[in-house]
Amino acid sequence: MADPRSADALPLAPLVALVAGATLTVAPHALWLPWWVDATAAILLGWRAALALRSRALPARWLLLLLTLASVIGVFFSYRTIMGRDPGVTLLVLLLFLKLMETRLRRDVFVVAFLVYFVALSNFFYSQSIPIAGLMLLTVFITTATLVGFSAPQRPVMDDVKTAGRMLLQAGPVMLLLFFLFPRVQGPLWGMPQDAYTGMTGLSETMSPGSISGLSLSDSIAFRVKFDGATPPRGQLYWRGPVLSDFDGTTWRVGLPQLRQDTRIGVEGAPVDYEVTLEPHNRNWMFALEMPTSLPPSARVTTEYQVISLTPVRSRIRYEMRSYPNFSATSGAEPADLALALRFPRVFNRRAQGLAREWRDSSGDNAAIVRRAVEFFRSSRFEYTLTPPLLGANSVDEFLFSTKQGFCEHFASSFVLLMRAAGVPARVVTGYQGGDTNPVDGYMVVRQADAHAWAEVWLAENGWTRVDPTAAAIPVRVELGITAARPGGAALPLLMRTSSDWLKALRNNWEALANQWNQWVLGYNPDRQREMLSWLGVQQPSWQTMTVMLFWSVAGVLLLIALWLLRGIRREDAVQRAWLRFCEKLARADLARALPEGPLDYAGRIAGRLPAREAAVRAIAALYVDLRYGPRADPHSVARMQQLVREFRP
Amino acid sequence: MKLDRVLQYSQAYNFYQWVFKRHAPEPGVVFLSQRRVYILPTRHGLSFGGSLVLMLIGSINYSLSLGYVLTFLLAGLGVVSILHTFRNLAHLYVSAGRVSPVFAGDSAQFQLVFENRSGFDRHSLDLACRGATASCDAPARQHCSVVLPLKAEKRGWLQLERVTVETRFPLGLMRAWSYVQPDMRALVYPRPDSAPLPLPYSDADTGDAVSSGAGTDDFSGLRPYQATDSPRHIAWKASARSELLLTKLFAGRAASELWFDWTQLPADMHTEARLSRLARWVLLAEERGLRYGLKLPDAEVPLGEGFAHRERCLKELALFHG
Repeated sequence: MADPRSADALPLAPLVALVAGATLTVAPHALWLPWWVDATAAILLGWRAALALRSRALPARWLLLLLTLASVIGVFFSYRTIMGRDPGVTLLVLLLFLKLMETRLRRDVFVVAFLVYFVALSNFFYSQSIPIAGLMLLTVFITTATLVGFSAPQRPVMDDVKTAGRMLLQAGPVMLLLFFLFPRVQGPLWGMPQDAYTGMTGLSETMSPGSISGLSLSDSIAFRVKFDGATPPRGQLYWRGPVLSDFDGTTWRVGLPQLRQDTRIGVEGAPVDYEVTLEPHNRNWMFALEMPTSLPPSARVTTEYQVISLTPVRSRIRYEMRSYPNFSATSGAEPADLALALRFPRVFNRRAQGLAREWRDSSGDNAAIVRRAVEFFRSSRFEYTLTPPLLGANSVDEFLFSTKQGFCEHFASSFVLLMRAAGVPARVVTGYQGGDTNPVDGYMVVRQADAHAWAEVWLAENGWTRVDPTAAAIPVRVELGITAARPGGAALPLLMRTSSDWLKALRNNWEALANQWNQWVLGYNPDRQREMLSWLGVQQPSWQTMTVMLFWSVAGVLLLIALWLLRGIRREDAVQRAWLRFCEKLARADLARALPEGPLDYAGRIAGRLPAREAAVRAIAALYVDLRYGPRADPHSVARMQQLVREFRP
Repeated sequence: MKLDRVLQYSQAYNFYQWVFKRHAPEPGVVFLSQRRVYILPTRHGLSFGGSLVLMLIGSINYSLSLGYVLTFLLAGLGVVSILHTFRNLAHLYVSAGRVSPVFAGDSAQFQLVFENRSGFDRHSLDLACRGATASCDAPARQHCSVVLPLKAEKRGWLQLERVTVETRFPLGLMRAWSYVQPDMRALVYPRPDSAPLPLPYSDADTGDAVSSGAGTDDFSGLRPYQATDSPRHIAWKASARSELLLTKLFAGRAASELWFDWTQLPADMHTEARLSRLARWVLLAEERGLRYGLKLPDAEVPLGEGFAHRERCLKELALFHG
């Protein structure tokens, strides 16, 4: 018996595959894990490889215990806790590599394999994209092949790979049935760790135009839209999000949301019906084309016409909406509301206030003031840039009269301040503007880079009216989208640059695929499941019904797989079958073959007992011996023997 | 006949055997029908299931669609591995191979033959019987033989006990097993002790002392070959010239014609010790090319020499009933 501590107790090839699978599973985590975790993992990996290649003994148990303890302490100092999602995953990764250091028996191999499966699952906390799914499938494949390799050590590696591949293929149908029919429960089952939703991007509750010197454009997707009819023109695609009405001189904030049932909207013209698939962004707001007249389930609308979900949007949701591009919004116009929409700190931006007073004095009504202001923005030669200079306390003055460089937030912020100073109630609306229709699947994609801010003014005759100062100053921003508004495409994300047609086509195809993935794989939730079952003809199934359905369908699939697997189990060759049939016929006539009796002896004995059949019996036995033990089976002889046996009557 | 076969492979019969511990040896070829192949998860299989439950809970809690996919794929893998493990063992044919006689204290090498008549390979078939283990692979439509070394404690017949044939291929999550007991037994000779060869008895009664002129030391002539003559004494050159096979005679041979007599052993020796001593003498005598005979209370082996003679003597000793 070899020293159980020596590293070569396990065959090398599956061990290498096991380590490779583990490394591949951890790879996506390496991007965000603390640097010292990556370094520790790399060192442990190198150490293990060196030990395996030189067949040296693995480190002592006390050393590993010490390292494990050090890991826990390290994780605690990195995160100030060892509970929660990120510390948990970090510990899991460290444990996996430490376990590799003491993988000496088959039992350890199983522990490593299960840890790899857990780490694979933990990857989905951070990304459920197609590439990550593919990578994790690969690691499961490698790990499975490893398990096969350890249970049949003498086989060539390719055979293990084939067995693992076949098993995964057979597991596929079972997985699909379970995925679609397993009774789904909407999570979470208990309170989620605080850090479960970090990393979701979206709009913010505040806006400080002067304090951002570089707006990073992300081409990650905010939501997708499927229009029932024709797509409205780009100029109408204002996706309404948080409304900011509270200004302290530098920062705009969301006012106190007031949920009311009696939001009034006057509509004319044709409605637009569409379905929104919203990416999770961990906030309550939902997006709709201005102005929405219907509400998704478990959502409310504020007096500021903002659609609010009752719970933060933490998983991808789908909802149907109806909006009217031509509307008059007259809610939220109580004296208190209007007073709020006129408030601003008077100590800052004196020059802008002066300009606004001048408009006030020379214009007859609010509409005329708005017209003057729009004309001001149109004629003042503003420059649209994503890297504006930083602004001081008088941010509006500096932007309007000296720097004249900014993006939508600068325009909206200064416009609303001018309006308030001129006595016109106004507020900032943030959301998204535009969207690109993917010709492959017809879905409109709205990205984070399409985020926009515009203004709303109160006009007595028309209610809250949208004014987009950015569109007035830089018309291409709204007409053609942000790509056209930017001078030079360097700061834009790769996929948003329009220069290359094939790149665009590639992107469209990829995103259509990703959309299907989102709709059918990632977005498969209890609602979708009910939808699909009712499409299959099962209305409102209880979980018992679903369990029964699941049981029988899985049983059916397993039966098919079993039949396929066992098809060759009884395969005896045609010659043997014919011979056995011949023996059986004789056995029925009480002339059974004795166990030690060879075929020719048997035939001789039978020939003696059945002289009339002698020729046939001897021919069959001779053919059998010839086919069975002769150099080569001749198909004609096989057919001849089968015929003789068929016609034989004892 | 047919009913017997049906009965033999029925669960009721298995149960009967299990309850009453009646494990009768099965003659001929043993067929591992699906009814006598059992399958249960291994310890690792159970922890695999536990892991899957944890992963499922995690997926539900975090609404991870791909978590469901991964969990269900692994669950499918586990279920499919039941079929694969079962298929790896069911419908094999097991038969008794050869087993050579051994001396008590040594290991009897029981050879079992697996025949795989199916169209696919079988891997990692593990055998276990009384602490002895062995493993083999049976490729498609081929035989494979595996030797199970069983410690032979006592002289006499060593019947092969119930052998557990099991496999965990392909994932190690499931264990399929079956019991077989091919009808085979090994002959166990008494363990020889370390005594030297005794001096020949000068037994007056037998009279065949020095005078006959036969011994092992000096060549004294030729005589026709007899079946009991040692091949080492055949005069090949002389035989080639004559029509008969001739055996060389040696002077002094009478001095080494030995009778190993039970009754000549010290009276206070136990039966087993006597048998050990006699076995030792048989081995030594055969080694030196002597002619020897064996006298036991209930049997007698006449003078002779050669391998077959040795085996016959040892068999008498092995099966001696005192």
